[in-house]
Amino acid sequence: MDMIFLRDTVLMLLTGLPLTLNLAVFGLLGGAILALILNLMRTTRVGNAVASTYVFFFRGTPLLVLIFMIYYGLATFATIRGSFLWPFLREPYWCGLLALVLNDAAYTSEILKGGLRAVPKGAVEAARVSGMGRIAVFRRVVLPIAIRQALPAYSNEVISILKSTALVSTITLMDMTGIAREAVAESWRAIEIFLCAAAIYLVLSLIVTRATIWLERRLSPWQFGA
Amino acid sequence: MAGDLGLLGFGPDGWGMALFRAGCMTLAVSVLAFLCGTVLGTITVWGRVSGNAFARRLAEVYVVVLRGVPDILVIYLFYFGGRQVVAAVGSTLGFEGPFDISGFVAGMLAIGLISGATQSEVLRGAYQAVPRGTIEAGRVVGMTRWLIFRRITAPQALVTAIPGMGNQWQSVIKESALVSVTGLVETMRQVSIAAGTTQEHFLFYAAGAGIYLIITTLSDQVFRLVERRSLAGYAPEGR
Repeated sequence: MDMIFLRDTVLMLLTGLPLTLNLAVFGLLGGAILALILNLMRTTRVGNAVASTYVFFFRGTPLLVLIFMIYYGLATFATIRGSFLWPFLREPYWCGLLALVLNDAAYTSEILKGGLRAVPKGAVEAARVSGMGRIAVFRRVVLPIAIRQALPAYSNEVISILKSTALVSTITLMDMTGIAREAVAESWRAIEIFLCAAAIYLVLSLIVTRATIWLERRLSPWQFGA
Repeated sequence: MAGDLGLLGFGPDGWGMALFRAGCMTLAVSVLAFLCGTVLGTITVWGRVSGNAFARRLAEVYVVVLRGVPDILVIYLFYFGGRQVVAAVGSTLGFEGPFDISGFVAGMLAIGLISGATQSEVLRGAYQAVPRGTIEAGRVVGMTRWLIFRRITAPQALVTAIPGMGNQWQSVIKESALVSVTGLVETMRQVSIAAGTTQEHFLFYAAGAGIYLIITTLSDQVFRLVERRSLAGYAPEGR
């Protein structure tokens, strides 16, 4: 084992870490907001149809297809090339982020839907009786309970988005996977370099797992004998 | 600009036949990877529930590692790393290069390995949901361990596992798109080629999405059928 080479590889890969984390965090934030909107839409009939179609489409197609469709596909429309969106959609970063947000929203909205369904009717009724308005009930009662219920499933989604960010390397973004691939093309030492990258991703996802366990315990202490 | 639908047809200058073949390739990779994952998943469950501490540890590490690492990285590792290994072994044995490894095999094994980690979790949950009493009853009437597994544990566990396995299959289909980085001409690769040749990028990627949607929707129906069939006989009404 060539320890110096491994150390240099890890240091080089870590320069891609900010982009990986950036995409993961903003992808999750955007996905969560969109997922909340999708769930609010579910209360009306048309909105429900739109939301179900959305989820059907984005869960049924690979993220890679979506990334390519946005990055290469949208440029074929002259209207988009002329619109105010073009400065964004020309950049691989924004295309990658948009794809991650759209994909994440579909999965997160299903997780949130499960959480919302698990909110006890009695809790909502109690809040209504004590005179809270609809918005207040949603914000102060329904959403906190739903989020707590959905957290275990959501931690899987966090890890999955963290891993999915690796796909943006296919549209020339230099995240950790992009840097690793370039390094392999130069030195032809695929096993060492890819294993180093894998180790970094592994550490990241272990941190996420630990953090969600901690958060879960904080949000529902009664379940853990605290 | 976008929208000459004739390009998708089966005519002389249509890409229909190529897309159809690519769809079949996607199915082939997915089915083999899924089966590979089922075998690995079953072995892993054996490890995780066994009394042997080393086997348990090994199985745990396998699941944690494969679930924490990006799928595309695993495919790169198998494809480029596999090449490195084949080249090293080849040149020590005295063969002349250049050495290459099949994208089909590397991709299938990589996705099988990833799927195995997830399937083991599905199967473990199903295994643990089998009522202990039925196993004890089997032992009392003098059944051997293998017979108990075959006649009592496996049938009950499989029924519980079917929905989870269905989800797993859907994600295997979508992961198979990543195998396109090895140059294997499956759906994703084929639509990229078509898009590059015709400059109709959006049309062909949308067609690719359509192919995946058809495959996932059809297999969803198949899994629903299997689920209904497997519950026939002893499921409560209305399930």
